[in-house]
Order: sequence, then structure tokens, then C-alpha cells
Amino acid sequence: MASIKMRAKASDGVTTIKALISHPMETGARKDKKTGKLIPAHFIQEVVCEHGGKTVMTAEWGAAISKNPYLSFRFKGGNAGDTIKLSWADNTGKSDSGETTIK
Amino acid sequence: MKKLLTAILVMGLAGGTWILPAQASPQADLQKFRAYFYKRFPNTPKGDFINGVYSIDPASRAQWEEIEEFPPYELNIEKGKTMFQTPFKNGKTYASCFPNNGMGIAQLYPFFDADSGKVITLEGAINQCRAANGEKPLKWQKGPIADLSAYMHYTSRGNIINIVVPDDPRAQAIYERGKAHFYAKRGQLNMACADCHVYNAGNRIRADLLSPALGHVTHFPVYRSKWGGMGTLHRRYGGCNKQVRAKPLKPQGDEYVALEYFHTYMSNGLESNGPGARK
Amino acid sequence: MTSMKRRIFLKGSLATGAAGMAISAGLLTPRAVLAAWPKSAFEAKTVDDAVKGLFGGGTLSGSDKIKIKAPDIAENGAVVPVSVTSDIAGAESISLIVEKNTSPLTASFILGAGTEGYVSTRIKMGKTSSVIAVVKAGDKLYSAGKEVKVTIGGCGG
Repeated sequence: MASIKMRAKASDGVTTIKALISHPMETGARKDKKTGKLIPAHFIQEVVCEHGGKTVMTAEWGAAISKNPYLSFRFKGGNAGDTIKLSWADNTGKSDSGETTIK
Repeated sequence: MKKLLTAILVMGLAGGTWILPAQASPQADLQKFRAYFYKRFPNTPKGDFINGVYSIDPASRAQWEEIEEFPPYELNIEKGKTMFQTPFKNGKTYASCFPNNGMGIAQLYPFFDADSGKVITLEGAINQCRAANGEKPLKWQKGPIADLSAYMHYTSRGNIINIVVPDDPRAQAIYERGKAHFYAKRGQLNMACADCHVYNAGNRIRADLLSPALGHVTHFPVYRSKWGGMGTLHRRYGGCNKQVRAKPLKPQGDEYVALEYFHTYMSNGLESNGPGARK
Repeated sequence: MTSMKRRIFLKGSLATGAAGMAISAGLLTPRAVLAAWPKSAFEAKTVDDAVKGLFGGGTLSGSDKIKIKAPDIAENGAVVPVSVTSDIAGAESISLIVEKNTSPLTASFILGAGTEGYVSTRIKMGKTSSVIAVVKAGDKLYSAGKEVKVTIGGCGG
């Protein structure tokens, strides 16, 4: 959960998810100011969010999503106390996941 | 140092005042400073100056509010909190170096320490704490020190900035040095901080709006979209000096410390609202 | 997307310690992620190629049921807040394409069964450009666009 901050709130039968992920989202086109070399592309390619065993969102991302990416969406259903799981995987094979509880 | 700061804290909370000297008068400077900006921006609520350009430009304010919905600096606050709560190798913690365990005190920095004759900034105090506990100092401009400062400032959100320039010629000299830096022209572009942020506050420089100097520092440390990360006030000072083609000075060196002393005093009475998010 | 495999990253509950290590040990087969990531779409250099790569073809029909919320003038091109709201029934995905970016396809959000037609994120824009939202519903592709200006600031950007 270290790289993911999440907020999940249920209201009037709709759950709103807001997530902030710590990730450099390097495009591969930026040069290191000191060495002059290109910083290799390093960005999240996929984000998956689950509720009650169902996938509510799959986000396919390119490197043009901002550094320390933010994502928000809404789905019908969800009750306070339910668990939300969010996972990401990047182009270097790294991944992380986390959980939060709907408020 | 801790005793002095505790005394200031108590004085501040009790609504006490230091006796100000007859000659150099930061109080008079502050009144004039405020009067100038209130007149220049009559539609800005006095407390809103802490939001910089967002207090005078609705279009960028809307974007800032979107970011504030879930600001990237929350990641830094969390990192800072973890660091703050992790004991040093000797078992002690940062809390032991600060009054009130370091919580809710950032709005009192920088302060003048009579014992050393120096002005202590929050970042300076953080590294002093590390040194006192056998730890290596952190770099001044970004990284862990910015995260720690972000956390400590977060616990001070809403507290009223209360910088004290006591009736001590050493403190006044530092204040005056900071004030001189602020109004002195520098760099190939031969511009003073005041040129942009006082005389041209609210005007455009190409596509940028110049922020008013009233309330300038309240939101530091700051997560800048440009930096893609968190940085301290002195990091920004260096950047600003570079932007007028002046040689940036040493972060936490005497000149920037003096500038911070003056600069923060000019925000006395405003709410501390760090850490902040800016472009 | 021609083969949209629904992959579930985690089965069962996640115990932070052990599963965290399983993740970093590569037990979640990064190759599976790469297989579903629409590479040709993300590497496409034009809007048309991005749409082709993503959907295998199809024409975009303008729709006023798609609303894009984005600034008229971006404060900083590195962090542009963008939200898309779609009222199109049966929307399966919302994709974001920045016309003038080197690689225009920025993101594609595949909506779960009960997920609303709404996404919000922050994107990088290299220069003034139209931000295009494409909604796929059944066999049709709907789109809307909004121009966002990206300027050079006065203090070095």
C-alpha cells in the first residue's frame, strides 16, 4: 500500500473512488540534467480496481499521465465497510497494490 | 533554544507582545506592506493572500482546486510523518528536539535564538536535531528534509504565523539584511524580488501572473508541478535568483535565512497553510 | 480492443507482507500485463492510428453527450486536470487522446458493468492541443474534443 493513497466514499448508491499513486511516470524523453543522458521510460501501464470480486475499472495508461498519477471514477453499489482493492503494474515489471474501506 | 521557542509559543498563545525597538521597526514595515497590498488588491479577502496567485486569478484557482482535491503532497506528508516518528540510531526522536513534540509549531519559524545570535529556520532546526542525535544532515532543498518540513507544516495548518523580531540589535540586523535583499536589484536582469512581487504583483510576465509578496511564504514547503516534487523555500529562492540571472546563494546560508526572516515576518497574522501545491 | 482479457490482479484477500513480496518477486507475471496493454495504440503517432490500434478501426461520431472538463489555459502542461463525463448508454470505455502529443493516446479506461461514464485524471500536454475523449458503446465510437492551451510561463515555465 506504500505507493497508493485511496479514498472511497459511498453516497446515494454510488461509490466514488479517488486514488493518488506515487510513481515517476517517466516518458523516456527527458534528459538527466547532470549526465545529459535520456532517463529511461518508467510508467504505470495498467491500473485495476476491484470491489466484491468484480473489476470495476481497468485503466490502460501511457507515459503522458502525470507524475504521481491521480485517478477518480464512480460505480453503482458499494456499501460503507466494503473493501476496495487497487493494483498497478508498470513497464519495468514493478507493481504494487493496496486496499481501502468504503466510508 | 527549545526554552526560547517554548517561551515564544507561550507568549504567542497568551497574546503577549515583545517590546519593539524605537528605531528599526518591522511592525511599521508590516503595516505599510499590508496597506500596499490591500490597496492593490481590494477584492481579495485579507486571509486569502495565503493562496498567492490563486487569490487573484480565477482560472488558475480552478485548476489548483482540482489538484487540491487530492494533492500530490499528501504522499510527502506521509513520508515525512513516517520519518518524523522513526527513532534515530540512538533511540531518540525528532519530537524530543522541539516544543510540543514538534506538532503545530512551524508557524513560529524562523525565530531568533539569543543564545547563538542566529535565526533558526525549521529546516535548520531539523538538521540541528539530527546533528544533536548523531545523524548526518539532510540536503537542504528537496527530498527527506522537504518531507519532514511538509509534515511539520501540515500539523500547523491554520495556525497564525507569528515571527518575532526582538529588541536585540543582532536580530534586527538579520531582519534588515533580509529586507535589503528583498528590495535590492540583482542579476543580469537587474531585478529585485520587490520588482515582481510588490510593484508588479498581479501583472503578467509572459503567461505567468506575478504573485503578491503578502502571504508569499505561508504555503511552503511546496509541491511544484514544475519540479514534479516537493521543495523547500530556499530551493525556490535559488530558482528565483536564477530567473533574474543572478547566482543562486547557498540554501540555509546567512543571506537566505535573513531573507526568510524578513519574508515570513511580512506574513505575520496570516494562517500557515503548508505544504502547498503550485505550478 | 480485440481481446480484452479481464485479468484479476489479486485473488482473495491481500495480506500486505506476504503478497507484497509475491508481487515484487514477479509472481504476478508482468508478461500478462504487457499482453493486454495496447502497445500499437500507445505508440501510434496520429489520432487515427491511435483509434485504429485501440479499436481495430471505426469512425468517430461527434457526440454532445460527452463533456470534457479541462482548463482553457493549462497552468502547467505537466499536470493538466481532465475529467470526462459521458451520458452514452452502454459505455464500455472512455479513452483520452491528446492530438498534438508525440504519442496522442494517453489513457483508456475500461468501465466495469456498474461503473459510471466518468473518469478524472491529470495528464501531460506538450503543447496547445485538442484533448479528445472517445467513448466506445457497443460497436460505435463517439467523441468530443476540447482545446487546451499550453503556454510558456514567464519565470522559466
